[in-house]
Amino acid sequence: MMRRFTLIAVPYLWLLALFLVPFVIVFKISLSDVALARPPYTPHFDWATGIWAFLSELDFENFVFLTQDDLYWKAYLSSLKIAVISTLLTLLVGYPMAYAMARAPSEWRATLMMLVILPFWTSFLIRVYAWMGILSNEGFLNQFLLWTGVISEPLTILNTNTAVYIGIVYTYLPFMILPIYAALERLDESLIEAAEDLGCSRLSAFWLVTIPLSKTGIIAGCFLVFIPVLGEFVIPSLLGGSDTLMIGKVLWEEFFSNRDWPVASAVAVVLLLLLIIPIVLFQRNQQKQQEAEQ
Amino acid sequence: MTIPVFEPWNDPEAKPLIQFQNVTKRFGDFTAIDDLTIGIYEKEFFALLGPSGCGKTTMMRMLAGFETPTEGKIFLSGQDMAPVPPNKRATNMMFQSYALFPHLSIWENIAFGLKREGMAKPQISDRVNEMLRLTRLEKFASRKPHQISGGQRQRVALARSLAKKPKLLLLDEPLGALDKKLRQDTQFELMDIQEQTGTTFVIVTHDQEEAMTVASRVAVMDNGRIIQVATPDRIYETPNSVYVADFIGEVNIIDGTATPNGENSYSVAWKDGQAPLNVVSPNSLSDGQSCHLAIRPEKVTINAEKPTGVDNVVAGKILDIAYLGNLSTYHVELPSGAVIKAQSANTRRISRRAFTWEDTVWLSWTATAGVLLAE
Ligand SMILES: Nc1ncnc2c1ncn2[C@@H]1O[C@H](COP(=O)(O)OP(=O)(O)OP(=O)(O)O)[C@@H](O)[C@H]1O
Ligand SMILES: [Mg+2]
Repeated sequence: MMRRFTLIAVPYLWLLALFLVPFVIVFKISLSDVALARPPYTPHFDWATGIWAFLSELDFENFVFLTQDDLYWKAYLSSLKIAVISTLLTLLVGYPMAYAMARAPSEWRATLMMLVILPFWTSFLIRVYAWMGILSNEGFLNQFLLWTGVISEPLTILNTNTAVYIGIVYTYLPFMILPIYAALERLDESLIEAAEDLGCSRLSAFWLVTIPLSKTGIIAGCFLVFIPVLGEFVIPSLLGGSDTLMIGKVLWEEFFSNRDWPVASAVAVVLLLLLIIPIVLFQRNQQKQQEAEQ
Repeated sequence: MTIPVFEPWNDPEAKPLIQFQNVTKRFGDFTAIDDLTIGIYEKEFFALLGPSGCGKTTMMRMLAGFETPTEGKIFLSGQDMAPVPPNKRATNMMFQSYALFPHLSIWENIAFGLKREGMAKPQISDRVNEMLRLTRLEKFASRKPHQISGGQRQRVALARSLAKKPKLLLLDEPLGALDKKLRQDTQFELMDIQEQTGTTFVIVTHDQEEAMTVASRVAVMDNGRIIQVATPDRIYETPNSVYVADFIGEVNIIDGTATPNGENSYSVAWKDGQAPLNVVSPNSLSDGQSCHLAIRPEKVTINAEKPTGVDNVVAGKILDIAYLGNLSTYHVELPSGAVIKAQSANTRRISRRAFTWEDTVWLSWTATAGVLLAE
């Protein structure tokens, strides 16, 4: 009995310490008012005045403010758009790679897997900086294209949305490849043969058998990319331009440029609420997959 | 009136539907099929028998188009099959592993091939229901493959391959997971289907009785080669080698040395120092050639008294009795230590059986009962 209790308690404690407590703190700040203080908001809990006096000073002003300034909902929408498009792009690039890996001779697979994971061994920030070097007007890409004569004027890629998409697809590709690869590797080759035997061409066997049987992998990969990209901050601020609007960037600016912690916290709380939907859907998908495997 | 016999393999005019021409298949340096040449005729029910790993599935897969021969050619209706992809072949294969689509229901699995043909919806529905009825799966139509039993899965795989009415049907151990009753019923269904549709069947089986029941011809394979192809009765009665005799059914093999003593007639001296055996056999042997006499247990008679006027008779002691219900197999030990099996029908109840352990008995058989095989 005691043991079972401990087993169940551990993940809940974990959740409490690493998610619920920070969330409550952020939520509390989002209900506060900005102030020239340290930390820059008010009220603070004071034992002398008591809990009721403290609670009575909290309000939803900041959330109302989010609806009034169109910057915020535009940023949310734009983030959503960028997240959706880049998830699709990552899928388009990642699926063929996962497919090729799963079809490669088995002695090659471990090596290919290593190559996919290898970028994680260097700092994410350094890799994004490297992309700046590649994509800038005098960067490697433009130099190469000019040298081959494909273009005569350097392309402006850095500080545009294109650069953001490139950066996101590059960064999140492994999250797409790995679950799809896992699904494809389990796929029994003889199912494809059976489909062909029953009159499918290679292509229709792919559509009718391979795709449906890797569906859970595709869904998992899409969520694993979509969820973090929605709040992404580093890539849009380093590779994006002034017109790249993403909620992560707005959040950062509210916190550190404006030092408006309450509004920034409100932005974060709304973002979290938005993310709950895809996270729940993702969990469902994982559960369904586990059931199917039993 | 004579009933026309179905023996296209004896007709020099007949063109085989399938022709393997010196086909060799290697996986790396392992030879799975070794220089195979054989013709299978239209409307045949051709059974492949052989130990595990002898290349039966590989042969099927080459016919279906999943493996290409390393050497040699395969012709289907006179057409070289090498460039034809699996989906363009008029063959359907039932996979040994069933290969059912896990994301589709039983109904959709069976309908899969029909939909690819572009058949109209009502016809598909009729055909699928017919197949479900045939394989007694009506109740499971809406389930997914992981929700049914192994034997049911096997029947789905069978139904799926039958649904398209192919010209050539390849069945890789189609009935192995079924109970005996259902297996027999399905065997007769298959024979019925074959008679109605004229489909050519190639079937892999580990069950000799099944091969004997359904097949027009049986091929016994070993190590990627076909050792003998013949009708079931010829395979059983006149095997061409000790391997085939031993593989099909029970057999006594007696080693000896042959001396011709008449037309097709031999006297076989055997190691026991007993009287030589008299054997009539069509296989010609030279004087003093060492040989094996293969004789089926049911062709050996067991007697309490020494019989007279028989071609061969030996004495021995009953070592063991295997009771099979309708039959009993007696293991009789000869003075030399060799054991000969004799089989007889249990016409009386077991308590009134004429022989028991340690009895001294006489075994007898006629000169034509066995076959004489060279080394
Ligand atoms: N893709 C392959 N690569 C290497 N060897 C193979 C391959 N496929 C089959 N073999 C080998 O070829 C031989 C024949 O295989 P096959 O599957 O035809 O046997 P089988 O007669 O069907 O046996 P079983 O009765 O066990 O099904 C086996 O020894 C097997 O290991
Ligand atoms: Mg096999």
